[in-house]
Amino acid sequence: MEIVTPVSQDVIRKLRVGDIVYVSGEMITARDKAHVRALEFIKSGKELPISFNNAVIYHCGPLVQKVSEGWKVISAGPTTSARMNRTTKELLNYVDSIVIVGKGGMDVSEEIEGKGVYLAYTGGAGALAANAIKRVKDVHWLDLGMPEAVWVFEVEMFGPCIVAIDSHGNSLYDEVKRRVEENFRRIVEKI
Amino acid sequence: MPTYDEVVETVIELFKKAETELSDDVIQALRRAYEVEENEIAKMNLEVILKNVEIAKAKKIPMCQDTGLPIVFVELGKELCLDFDLVEAIKEGVVRATKEVPLRPNAVHPITRVNTGNNIGMHMPQINVDLVDGDELKITVMPKGAGSENCSALKMMLPSEVDKIKRFVVEVVKNAGGKPCPPIFVGVGIGSTFEGCAKLAKRALLRNVNDMDEFELEILNAVNELGIGAMGLGGKITALAVLIEYGHCHTASLPIAVNTQCWANRRASAVLR
Repeated sequence: MEIVTPVSQDVIRKLRVGDIVYVSGEMITARDKAHVRALEFIKSGKELPISFNNAVIYHCGPLVQKVSEGWKVISAGPTTSARMNRTTKELLNYVDSIVIVGKGGMDVSEEIEGKGVYLAYTGGAGALAANAIKRVKDVHWLDLGMPEAVWVFEVEMFGPCIVAIDSHGNSLYDEVKRRVEENFRRIVEKI
Repeated sequence: MPTYDEVVETVIELFKKAETELSDDVIQALRRAYEVEENEIAKMNLEVILKNVEIAKAKKIPMCQDTGLPIVFVELGKELCLDFDLVEAIKEGVVRATKEVPLRPNAVHPITRVNTGNNIGMHMPQINVDLVDGDELKITVMPKGAGSENCSALKMMLPSEVDKIKRFVVEVVKNAGGKPCPPIFVGVGIGSTFEGCAKLAKRALLRNVNDMDEFELEILNAVNELGIGAMGLGGKITALAVLIEYGHCHTASLPIAVNTQCWANRRASAVLR
């Protein structure tokens, strides 16, 4: 299924864990430092260069190259989302809705309930991801360095992404984690 | 005798190769995982990984945007005399590879977090030199991403805990979950010293990943029973290999290190004469 930005709350509510989606429209990258700075801006009432509200936030530090007409995306897969657990929980207090794209999962199923979804894209698949990124529309906070800056991408059928945390309190990661803990207890008894 | 320029060009070529193409043993392991995996989501992720690897090779672009930190292994023949600064040559190779491959500038100051912009800095690139027999210079590069590196662990176990080694390895993989981009390769260093076991664990990842002994296979099977699966969304295949290197250690210690490596076990070697 294709989801087009801005993603309405109706669409977000319809998505369920296990659904496969493709994103088209605008995605903005943000990692550790961009989250920290965005929160500083929001708390001090400073206007963000681009709104995180109702946005598709992509946990990604792209590999880009400066070319004459702007920037070329070479490889741009997702980064480990769990590093943004704390800052995302805080950010969720300030947004009405959000779509997060990342990899490896997050511990936000409670906080994101009713307002957003987390989509998992295959980690390391940077070359394939770059194929779906049609254009760099803008870049903010380049002083943070190439990986940590906020890149604004225009994407077309970015995916496949798996709905891994939905807006109804379900998380594939929580389910897997429970099973893995059980399996671990069983494994250590026999090795 | 190799020259400064040859080393520079070789380092650039090796990074280009390692970032854009996986070695046959790694691809073979990934294909096997795709064949045996039954979980639909995990299978889809493995399919995406294999497709991504093909695109990267065909378009000669880095398969992952995290082009890693530059880790270099040098085997220097004892009969070889070099009349130039080998470290400088490797550094120049890394700086030029950053522009030419290109590589993402990843090296930052640990406290200020300021990015050097060219992947070199204090103790970076990390260069490991071994003196070996012969008159050849072998250079191996291993760009290592942070997603998997961050899930690594080291423990100074007690000499009486030899039977707990397997448990420790499985526990490290369990705690890592989906974060290191599974299916992973698990490099393990057993013995040596505090830093020695970590180096052994990293070095283990250079081996042919399909060549495991019984002990390694036993741990691999245990790891795969965890059910973490590709990208941590569940599945049969969590790791593709467990590779162990050993070092003698003090009678009073048992250091053990686990270096987790993502599915993109990138490395490339060349020999200069």
